[in-house]
Amino acid sequence: MSTAKRTLADLRVFGKGYIRNGAALFFGIIFPVILIALFGAIFAGGGSGQVTVYVQNKDAGIQFPVQMNVGNEFVQAINGTLPNGTRVSGTWPLKVPTLVDPSANFTKYLADHSASDGIIIPADFSANFLSGKPENITVYGNPTSSTNGIILGTVEGVATSFNLNYFQQKYNDTTPAIISISTATVNTQQTKYIDFLIPGLIGFSILVSPMFAMVNITSEYKKTKLFKQLSLTPLHKMEWLASKVIWYILLSIISFMLLVAVGVFGFGAHITLTLWLIPFLILGPMLFCSLGMLVGTISKSVESASVLGNIITFPMMFLSGTFFPLSTMPQYLQNVAHALPLFYIVEGLNNVMVYGNYSAGLLDIAITAVITVIFFVAAAKLFKWRED
Amino acid sequence: MASMLPIEVSNLKKYYGEIKAVDGISFTVNEGEVFGLLGPNGAGKTTTIEILEGLRERDSGDAKVLGFDPWKNGYDLHKRIGVIPQEFTFFEKTTPREAIVYYAALFGVKVDPDEILKEVLLLDSAKNRFENLSGGQKQKMGLALSLVSQPELLFLDEPTTGLDPTARRAIWEVIQGLKAKGRTIILTTHYLDEAQHLSDRVAIVNQGHIVAMGTSDEIIEQYGSGERLEIHGDEKLAEYIKNNTDLIVDYDKTSHFVSIPLVKKIDALAALAAAEQSGMDWGEIRTRRDSLEDVFIKLVRGAVDESGNIAAGENPQTQDKQSNKGRKK
Repeated sequence: MSTAKRTLADLRVFGKGYIRNGAALFFGIIFPVILIALFGAIFAGGGSGQVTVYVQNKDAGIQFPVQMNVGNEFVQAINGTLPNGTRVSGTWPLKVPTLVDPSANFTKYLADHSASDGIIIPADFSANFLSGKPENITVYGNPTSSTNGIILGTVEGVATSFNLNYFQQKYNDTTPAIISISTATVNTQQTKYIDFLIPGLIGFSILVSPMFAMVNITSEYKKTKLFKQLSLTPLHKMEWLASKVIWYILLSIISFMLLVAVGVFGFGAHITLTLWLIPFLILGPMLFCSLGMLVGTISKSVESASVLGNIITFPMMFLSGTFFPLSTMPQYLQNVAHALPLFYIVEGLNNVMVYGNYSAGLLDIAITAVITVIFFVAAAKLFKWRED
Repeated sequence: MASMLPIEVSNLKKYYGEIKAVDGISFTVNEGEVFGLLGPNGAGKTTTIEILEGLRERDSGDAKVLGFDPWKNGYDLHKRIGVIPQEFTFFEKTTPREAIVYYAALFGVKVDPDEILKEVLLLDSAKNRFENLSGGQKQKMGLALSLVSQPELLFLDEPTTGLDPTARRAIWEVIQGLKAKGRTIILTTHYLDEAQHLSDRVAIVNQGHIVAMGTSDEIIEQYGSGERLEIHGDEKLAEYIKNNTDLIVDYDKTSHFVSIPLVKKIDALAALAAAEQSGMDWGEIRTRRDSLEDVFIKLVRGAVDESGNIAAGENPQTQDKQSNKGRKK
C-alpha cells in the first residue's frame, strides 16, 4: 500500500531528524527521567537524621501502692532511654520534643507545627497497664511519608517489650498482649508519592514532547514554505500527520518504560502494568500532536505560535495532577483541571496503574478519546498544504 | 489532445483585494523549451508560476499544464512536474542523499541517488545535513529533489536569488545540462543576464501584465533603440555636437559618454567630424545596441509611468540603471 509506504518514508526521515536533534531527544526522553529521579529522591525521604514525633501523654499515673507513671516510661523508651536511665547506643530513630500539653487539641497541635507524626498515650494508661487491661496507643502519621513506617515500627517494638516485661514480671507466661497499637491515618489509600509521580510524569511526557514539537514544526514549516513543498509530492497531509503521531506514540512508549523502570527499580514504586495503559499511550500523543498542530496552524507567526503554545501547555502541565495530587489544590483549581485534556490522561493512568479502578479508567479513556477526535478533526480541517 | 503544449495560459487573473497580482497573463511554453518569466519583485511572476504548479487557485482565465487543470488536478500533476520553490528549504537534519531516497519513496520510483547528485553537481556534499549546506548547495539539493520523479516539466522559481556569482554560474551549468537533455523548463528570475543566458524565450512581466515576449533578440529588435555611437568626452562636447549637427545627442554624466542614436550609418561620420571640429579632447569611441537590460528598464519604467507611454529613442541613463537595479534586488 502506497499510503503506508509514504507514511513510513516520512516517519523514517522525521525520526532520523529527531534523533539527530539533541535538544528534542533531551526534552522528550531524558528530561522526564531526570524529573522522576529528582522528585523521587526528594520525596522518598531517605534522610539519615532522626524522625521527630510529637507525644501527648494524657496518662494520669497511679498514686497507690506507689506513685508511678507508666506513660512517662513509655515516652522515655520511645525517645531511646532504657528504664534504668541509660541511652540506647547508636542512632535512635525517633526524637520526642517537649511533650504536648495533655489538655491540648492534638491534631491541631500537629497542624500548627506542620507535622503529621504523633503519638497519644491515653489517660488511664498506667492503671490499665498495671492491672492487665488492654490499652491502646494511637499513632498519627501520613502513610505516603516514609517517616510513618519508622515511627510505627519503633513504637510497636517499644510496646512489645513493655508487654513482655509485664508478663515476665507478673505471670511469666504468654497470655495475649495487653498493649496493642492501632494507627490513625489521614488518607485511606496506601500509596506513596512515587506511585503517584509515575503516571503524572508519563502524562507530562505525553503532553510536552508532541505539543512543543508540533507547535514549532507547524508554524516553522508554514513560514519556510516547507509544507508547500511537500504538497508538491504525492505525500498527503494526513499521511504526514500520521507519521508524526506514530513517532510520538513510539516516543511515549519509550518514555513510559524508562519512567516505570526508574520508579520501580530506583524508588520501589508499586504500580500495575496492565493493557488498560495502552489507550492512553496511543490517544495521548495523538491528542497533543493535533492540538500542537492546531496552535501552529491558527497562529500567524512562529513567535505567536510559541506564545500560544506555552499559554496552553504550562498551566496544563501543573494543574492536571502531574506533579501534585489534585486533592491538594483548592476547589476552583480542581474545577479548572477538569477542563484540561491532560487531566483525564493523568487521572486515567492513576486509576489503572495505581488504584486498579478500571471502571473509572474506562471513563477517562472515553473522555480522552472524544477530546482527541475533536482536536484531530479540527487540526486536519484547518491545516492546509496549499494556499488559496 | 494530439499536439498539446506543456503549458497553455490565457488571460490568467489573480487579485488579492485591491492588488492585481496577475492581471490577464497569456502565454504558451513549447516542449523542450526554456521559458523565462522576467520581472521586478512584485511583478506577479511567482503568483503566476504557483498557480501553474497548483499551489494557488486562480481567480479567472485558463491554465493547462501537461493537459491538467493545475488546481483541480494538482495531485496528478505533481507526479509529473518538478518544482524548486523560491528559497528552497528542507528538514534541517536531513542529508541530500536521504532527501532523495525520501522523495523516491514518496513518488514510488526507483532512482540512483548518486546519479542525481552527480547531475546537480552535489555528490561531494551527499552526506552533509541540510543545515550545513551553503546557499548554492541548498538550491542544488532543491534541483536534485525536483528531478527525482523524472518530470517532463520543471518549474524553477528564482533558482539563483541570493547566491554569489560562482554559485549562480554553477546552477546555470546544471540548468543548461537539463536543457541539453531536452527538458521543458519554466523559470522566473529578476536577473536579466540569467534570463538571457538560459532562456529560449522570455516574457517580461510587470504589474501583473506581460509587457514583452519573445527571444531576447526579438524583444531588443522590437523595443530597443537600435545602434548608437558613443564618444568619451565631456558635456561641452555633447553640446557642441548637438549644436553643429541635426543629430539627437544624449550625455551620460556618470560614464562621460556622449551617445548618438544612428538612424543612418552616415550619422556616425557626421558626429565624429563634429567632435574633431570642436577641437576638444575626446577618447574612446564605440557603437552599441540596446541590451535586453536596456529594454527591460525602459519597459518596466515605462509601465510605472502613469501615462503608460514609453518615449521612443530615449536613452536610459546609467545612473537610472543603477537605481533600478537596486530596486529590483
